[in-house]
Amino acid sequence: MIEISKLNAWFDDNHVLKDVDISVPANGSFGLVGESGSGKSTVLRTVTGLVDDWEGTITVKGKKLGPKRDKDFYRLAQMVFQDPFGSLHPRHTIDRILTEPVNIHGLGNSDARVVEALTQVGLDNAFRFRYPHQLSGGQRQRVAIARALILEPKILLLDEPTSALDVSIQAEVLNLLGRLRRDLGLTYIMVSHDLAVVAHMCDDIAIMNHGRIVERATAGQLAEGTLEHPYSQQLYKAAGGYDRAVVDTFVDWD
Amino acid sequence: MSSETLLTVKNLEVTFNTPKGKVHAVRGVSFDLGRERLGIVGESGSGKSQTGRAILGLTAANGTIRAEKMQFRDVDLANLKPKQWRKVRGARISMIMQDPKYSLNPVMTIGDQIIEAYREHHKVNAKEARLRALEMLEAVKIRDPERVFNAYPHETSGGMGQRVMIAMMLIPDPELIIADEPTSALDVTVQLQVMAILDDLVRDRGMALIFISHDLQLISSFCDRVLVMYQGHVVEELRASELHNAKHPYTKGLLNCLPKMDGDHSDLPTLEREASWAEG
Amino acid sequence: MTTQISTAKPGLKQWLTSDTPQSRWQAKCGRAWLGWIKFSENKLAMIGLSVVVGLILVTIFAPLLAPYDPLAANLANRIQPPSGDHWFGTDQLGRDILSRLIYGAQYTLLIVGLVAITAAPLGLLVGTAAGFFGGWIDAVLMRITDVFLAFPKLILALAFVSALGPGIENAILAIAITAWPPYARIARAETITVRKEDYIEAARLQGTSNFALIIGHITPMCMSSLVVRVTLDMAGMILIAAGLGFLGLGAQPPMPEWGAMVSDGRQFLLEQWWVATVPGLAIFVVSLGFNLLGDGLRDVLDPRGGD
Repeated sequence: MIEISKLNAWFDDNHVLKDVDISVPANGSFGLVGESGSGKSTVLRTVTGLVDDWEGTITVKGKKLGPKRDKDFYRLAQMVFQDPFGSLHPRHTIDRILTEPVNIHGLGNSDARVVEALTQVGLDNAFRFRYPHQLSGGQRQRVAIARALILEPKILLLDEPTSALDVSIQAEVLNLLGRLRRDLGLTYIMVSHDLAVVAHMCDDIAIMNHGRIVERATAGQLAEGTLEHPYSQQLYKAAGGYDRAVVDTFVDWD
Repeated sequence: MSSETLLTVKNLEVTFNTPKGKVHAVRGVSFDLGRERLGIVGESGSGKSQTGRAILGLTAANGTIRAEKMQFRDVDLANLKPKQWRKVRGARISMIMQDPKYSLNPVMTIGDQIIEAYREHHKVNAKEARLRALEMLEAVKIRDPERVFNAYPHETSGGMGQRVMIAMMLIPDPELIIADEPTSALDVTVQLQVMAILDDLVRDRGMALIFISHDLQLISSFCDRVLVMYQGHVVEELRASELHNAKHPYTKGLLNCLPKMDGDHSDLPTLEREASWAEG
Repeated sequence: MTTQISTAKPGLKQWLTSDTPQSRWQAKCGRAWLGWIKFSENKLAMIGLSVVVGLILVTIFAPLLAPYDPLAANLANRIQPPSGDHWFGTDQLGRDILSRLIYGAQYTLLIVGLVAITAAPLGLLVGTAAGFFGGWIDAVLMRITDVFLAFPKLILALAFVSALGPGIENAILAIAITAWPPYARIARAETITVRKEDYIEAARLQGTSNFALIIGHITPMCMSSLVVRVTLDMAGMILIAAGLGFLGLGAQPPMPEWGAMVSDGRQFLLEQWWVATVPGLAIFVVSLGFNLLGDGLRDVLDPRGGD
């Protein structure tokens, strides 16, 4: 479904992605893990066309992407952002947020589609005419997912979709995302700083550091803790909670 | 762990007057604190931060604090005048906030801010204060204290900024530190490194620590004792090592809904909230 | 105004404050209602609002309110002091000053209104486009804006009016031309702060065109600061209009424009003070009203004020 090879990207003079290769099969779920500045989100943003300065090949559903994305691309792939408080327009009602993409793509029947999208993410129709500030964090993230789903894409790019949420809400949203992938046959690329979240959601995982993929693993390997690269090992240990002795083994990877 | 009690809080209530009516943020929280590390854990809106702020009298202007008892050693925190607060805040109880970006003065060098924090409570000359500040920066494991001393807050990374905050809050040698999500904005490894620094300092100097966080796992591996808060109530209090024996369904629910690295992709158990938990 | 609101039926209030609006219209009304509550708590802003509403009412009902014809000269009755017949006295041609004031309100309102609906959208468009696209578009648009900003407003307006010829239409045009650059600056600054926000990028990823992004997503975020600024500027516009009228470049006699009235009365300022003072006071009160209203709106609309 998605093939990325030799992807390099730059922000001004900063080389933020270095030869990133990723391949995700249809209905697959790929996880990118890394700390801030690792370039994990930049991979998603480059695919969606939010980064201008890049080189390499990105092939989505057999089609090689050029410098500009067309409308068809956005019907195929949608993105969910990290911060549900920032990704919904503060002055638009939920209804408007969901109706707009339908109108842009001329899909018609927007009323029914909005209701369906809200149902898909488990939100009552009563939320439809609220403003984002009248919703809780989890509800907002559901709206953001509904907005991504309303164009009936085959691919969802998830940029830390639960890191701003409470753990109990995170569980609900992760379950929702898992169910949607099964029911709608979606393909995911998920970015997170949390190894456990990615291990739970994804089949294949890549660990990134300073713009490079340092190690690839399957969910099974992660479960056994058989990571080889010292950086991934360190991330793995850090995910286990606070242990004074372990902290002393940490190295800075600058 | 000595059994001596530093802080006693009894029936703490914090209410806010908002345009939409009264909001009860903290409802009857009680606990005793010795020279230990106490974790307060809860989700957003649980009142954990407001509990920490109320102890220091930092509740916002539209809020009121009521408590049967709030005794810190020889000081009655429940009935303190603004002038007396100044002798407690910073000097005897300090607070480390989540984001150093908002807690540090952007137009003052880091060194000057640490010196100011020190001289506020210790009558020493400039040279001595500077020496103490540099020592403190070294104590929080900043590799090049001289450079950081002369730097402005925006020139430091998140982890560095939080170390500076710790240095600033610890330099007056307080007896109690309240850390409100001090590492939540940081990467995992940096987060643990900063916590290790805090850990060492608190241990060496025999301070008590209240660590407020949303991360149950982190807090239980770091603290001695944990208070679990839900909607302004303490629903469970337990020794951190006994976390797996938690009794309250909320605590158990919080533990269960964490994703685990066990290769299992099936649905996570979700938390079914019950109205009775909020009645405490 | 307030009494009408407070006696509103409880059903209506519930409808307005509902957490689950049933339609777009209800959601909009609810939002407006919350804004109104916040606004009405500010006493000074309410004074400002009543001045402005008063101005609008006076304009609408001028023929009913004015006791005399504002243009009817009566030379036998020249420069009378205020009395029961002529509350504010008469001017040098024996015209009733109160009636002239009442009819003059419409010119003030016309000037302010026309400038607001021409200058504000123009500034908004230039500013959002510059901020959104950046690069050379930004450079060109902002340098043009700078050229206009480099001149003092009144001087620039004077230059335009003398080139176009005196008259109220040209005065309005001149004021509009000098008023938009600050709006462009504000709109650009707001645009730059929001254009990298997630919700703008999210909309972009839905396939929203640049034009739709600017109109539908960026401008709503600029509106609050702009509305506040325009309201605060209205006082300045009234003063410039009055200034142009005073210098004989704005409204032409016998039009009862307030600035021109002050100008007419200045020859008798020392002996017959009311001829110039009364329209001057009117200008003062209305300017103050707009300023207070603008301050109140800022408290309500400022997005940084939070919800």
